[in-house]
Amino acid sequence: MNSSSRRRRLTAAALTALAVATTATACGSGSGGGGSSAADSGTYTIWDPYPQFDKSSAWAKLLDGCGTQAGVKIKRTAYDTSDLSNKALLAAQQDNSADVLIVDNPVVSTLAEAGVLTTTDDNKLDTSKAEANLVAAGQTGGKTYGTPIGANTLALYYNKEVLKEAGVDTASIKDWKSLTAALEKVKKAGKKGITFSAIGTEEGSFQFLPWFWGSGAKLTELDSAQAVSALTLWKDWLDKGYAPNSVINNTQTTSWQEFASGDYAFAENGTWQLAAAEKAGFDYGVLPIPGAAGGSAAAPTGGEFVTVPVQGDTDRYATTRKLVTCLTSTENLYDTDTTLSYVAPTTEVQDKQLAANPALKPWIDAVKAAKGRTSDDLGTKYPKISEQMWKAVQSALSGSQSPKDALAAAQSAVK
Amino acid sequence: MSSTTQKPYRRPASGPGVAATAPRRDRPRPGSQQWAAWAFLTPVTLYLVLFYAYPLYRNLDLSLRNYTVRSFVQGDAPFTGLDNYQKVFDDPTFGPALLHTVVFTAVCLVFQYALGLALAVFFNQHFRLSATLRALFLVPWLLPLIVSASTWSWLLNSESGLVNALLGAVGIDPVNWLTAPSWSLTSVIIANIWIGVPFNLVVLYSGLQSIPVSLYEAAALDGANAWQRFWRITFPLLRPVSAITLLLGLVYTLKVFDIIWIMTKGGPADSSTTFATWSYQLGFGNLVPAFGPGAAVGNLLVVAALVFGLVYVRVQRKQALS
Repeated sequence: MNSSSRRRRLTAAALTALAVATTATACGSGSGGGGSSAADSGTYTIWDPYPQFDKSSAWAKLLDGCGTQAGVKIKRTAYDTSDLSNKALLAAQQDNSADVLIVDNPVVSTLAEAGVLTTTDDNKLDTSKAEANLVAAGQTGGKTYGTPIGANTLALYYNKEVLKEAGVDTASIKDWKSLTAALEKVKKAGKKGITFSAIGTEEGSFQFLPWFWGSGAKLTELDSAQAVSALTLWKDWLDKGYAPNSVINNTQTTSWQEFASGDYAFAENGTWQLAAAEKAGFDYGVLPIPGAAGGSAAAPTGGEFVTVPVQGDTDRYATTRKLVTCLTSTENLYDTDTTLSYVAPTTEVQDKQLAANPALKPWIDAVKAAKGRTSDDLGTKYPKISEQMWKAVQSALSGSQSPKDALAAAQSAVK
Repeated sequence: MSSTTQKPYRRPASGPGVAATAPRRDRPRPGSQQWAAWAFLTPVTLYLVLFYAYPLYRNLDLSLRNYTVRSFVQGDAPFTGLDNYQKVFDDPTFGPALLHTVVFTAVCLVFQYALGLALAVFFNQHFRLSATLRALFLVPWLLPLIVSASTWSWLLNSESGLVNALLGAVGIDPVNWLTAPSWSLTSVIIANIWIGVPFNLVVLYSGLQSIPVSLYEAAALDGANAWQRFWRITFPLLRPVSAITLLLGLVYTLKVFDIIWIMTKGGPADSSTTFATWSYQLGFGNLVPAFGPGAAVGNLLVVAALVFGLVYVRVQRKQALS
């Protein structure tokens, strides 16, 4: 009783942060609360960001199966990705965290900073099998706070028919210059060049990062000459009509819809669109995103981490460890990552995925070259940097500032 | 002594209530009756405290403390006085957001009211099918905001939007409605006017019903033309209804969030950011939420709405006295 009324009050308080503002979020948060771990010691709660999977899905069954193996009952609650981090913070505030929390990787360092998550020293999880560049997204201050359940990243999808018509050979696309030349040919052939997402949210930063990193720029220095060159590349594409103006408001989904119309030669999008690409009705291929001077650019890693939130009752960790170990066992990872259309975090499972579907090759390579957004010990600084970065991208693409001024303003705002 | 028994005294010269309660013959005896009174008062008081007073207090508290993710969870955020407000005032977004909020609210109100009034007068002619047409005009009001806002953003899409296709058909260059800083505010204003007109229409139309037809007949006999009838009769007699319509419209428009967020996310480059979207952006738009400044912006909005509410009450009182 006490905890539930406290929760209601806190939810109400969080809601008023919007004051008169938003009814939409009010509905979202009002329904919240989720599971209580204190309720029954034989019941373990798992929160995940996969609301698309219902009770009858393979994912839900896998969770139940792992629970049975560990001799406990599982209570699963699925949240929308954007909702989950706030929910996790609120739950932690009331000492009511889930036993297992599966969250988007850039959130891990924020939750770690808040003191919500246990380190692998405490929970004794084994992360040695997962690839180091993926685990890095869950590391901050020399500690590891979880293990990746799967990864995805960005690459360039291309429409083979459009490129053939324009006379572009994809083998010639090795750096930015050759890519821009290809776009020019496509435009001359009367087709549209490339579509991506430059919206003013984390998605926009996510999509800009391969170009940003591909130029050699670093997130700690947003106004470097390399960074300006990356933003200028995008800006020039818009000015010359190689990319549509709508990218400024495109989410990755709307950008994909543009590509699926069949008019575009290229689209920057993620592993999760593979199933949609099969249904697009035209022949497609996948290229790694080129770096400025050749080679593949590092793309940011997407995908979730399995984490163990801090509990008042530390005896629970033993069973929790069994659950997580079960979820991330080789066999279960393979099943999970296949349903999620993700690339597995361990070499062993990647090989298995490749054997089953050779088309995954460019994606597995891309994930190996990818980089966590919060890596390089950026941790909780990343969200601030990212916000300024997407703002700069928006300012430059919409023409309200030059790429140089926009990035200079962004850098001074981060400090 | 409970204030409820005294309340009617404060309201001068209004109707039958005065006569009924003026003589204070039977004072409530302390005892069962008073307990009953308190019992009746309790639910509403509890409701007000739980759902209005406490959240408002918490929001104020939130805006006066320095919250980080860590202190949010641990609950030990230090009290920092007006630092968050200072931060908000110093933010480069403050000026544009204030300007956009004012422009957005003013322009929306003027157009919504003018169009609503014009339509109300029009439908008051009771021509054939007027009831059907009036019902059709209500559609924007009935649609969920997420539907209307998404539809508008498709219509105004710079690449594949219907509006640009139509402009193209008559030989006008496409406009980047949602993606150009010079147009984004206009676009959300247009969408919001469309959504707000039905409300004005309904309220003003019902206001028109209360104006006696005999007045118009008398004016017509005196030789007043339609224009004069409108300005001399309709408009002045609608004044109380207009005032409440505009006040409600103001409160609704100040807090408009969904339309802007869905259509432009306040962008590009803050060009359509209002206080409502800014508050959300601060509190929830980032992985590391800035609850303090977000709450501060929210409070500024509450104060703005309150000020106009008080102005309205004052004007009302003056009108009632005169």
